[in-house]
Amino acid sequence: MNMNRRFFITLTGAAAIAWEHVLAGAPEASPNYKMADHWWAMLIDVDKCIGCGNCVRACSVENNVPEGFFRTWIERYQVDDMHIEDPLVDSPQGGMHGFPQRAPGTGLTGNSVKEFFVPKLCNHCADSPCTQVCPVGATFTTPDGVVLVDEKYCLGCRYCVQACPYGCRFIHPEKNVAQKCTLCYHRITKGLTTACCEACPTGSRQLADLKNPKDPIHEFMKLHSVQVLKPQMATGAKAFYANLDGSVR
Amino acid sequence: MNRFKDAEHLVRVAAVFLVGVTLFLCFRAWFVPKSFGEYGHYRGDSIAEVAALPIVHAGHETCEVCHQDVFELKKAGKHAGVNCEACHGPQAKHADDPGSVKPVLPDTAVLCARCHEANSAKPKWFPAVVTAEHSQGLPCNTCHTPHSPHIGDAPAAKEEKK
Repeated sequence: MNMNRRFFITLTGAAAIAWEHVLAGAPEASPNYKMADHWWAMLIDVDKCIGCGNCVRACSVENNVPEGFFRTWIERYQVDDMHIEDPLVDSPQGGMHGFPQRAPGTGLTGNSVKEFFVPKLCNHCADSPCTQVCPVGATFTTPDGVVLVDEKYCLGCRYCVQACPYGCRFIHPEKNVAQKCTLCYHRITKGLTTACCEACPTGSRQLADLKNPKDPIHEFMKLHSVQVLKPQMATGAKAFYANLDGSVR
Repeated sequence: MNRFKDAEHLVRVAAVFLVGVTLFLCFRAWFVPKSFGEYGHYRGDSIAEVAALPIVHAGHETCEVCHQDVFELKKAGKHAGVNCEACHGPQAKHADDPGSVKPVLPDTAVLCARCHEANSAKPKWFPAVVTAEHSQGLPCNTCHTPHSPHIGDAPAAKEEKK
């Protein structure tokens, strides 16, 4: 190699910068991923959910979720047409092992009772109440629209758990920090879909990138009615539900 | 400058104040991480830390690199939209080291019922059976091929089991 003085000095400078990076222990960023190019959301078609629990199991394994806690879960609704304000909702083990058929005579009965499943997860709100109440800046919305928790900064004060209108947060029983759905941030930044979407057999869940003009969500939203949960909270929720019944909270 | 003749006490206060501010700035620079405030009121590096977590589900694109035959079989059938890891579970370890990490073949009597067991809450379009009446505990792949589940493929089911 032809080593002259100019080249040597350039090389030393580069090495110094690289060494500083190594000393800082900064984890390797995903190459070619630009946060400014994405705005993540999720599309959920309630009419396609069969309550199999694949998403809950996949999420638990992918994210090492402690037993008895859920970053995503499925609710079974039973709605009587005379009392749509008062549905019967259950979610045994978060729906992780599916839903056994109700024994005859239990739950709501009658010909006018309808039943359906609703998958739930963090809505990754654009104006999220949970990030606003954090006293130490340990939870935040990333520039690409994902609400994350900094486990090194979290004190476990539980403000955010109370602030979330959708009940999507919990305190990890051993680490004593807030945890929640990361929208599989470690996967979506590498071009993969989330674990729940990967495992969903009917395509009820679809990861969507609102900043990508080629994403099928744009076509879907143009042709279908979609809504978010608790729109009156004005949280800017980004979990969009198709075929959602008005009784769902 | 007669005016400042008796101002020594003010200078002392100013000095103490200055030392205090300097100390505060030093502590702040020492304790607040460099990346804090990079994108907002949080530690910018924590985004990369979350992004660096290990992947457990390999993703169907990865599976299809080696298992092209299954992909072709699946493509024509009703299970075309069902990804590999929906039934076979997380396989990133198998994808990283296919030689030593072998996936366990699922028991179809349990696996298929997770989706296809009849339940009044399931959408009406979804094909479901009461397995106790439909197959009496027999594994589903006695008659159906899981990758392309219509009955006509029954011999292929046995072929695939080998």
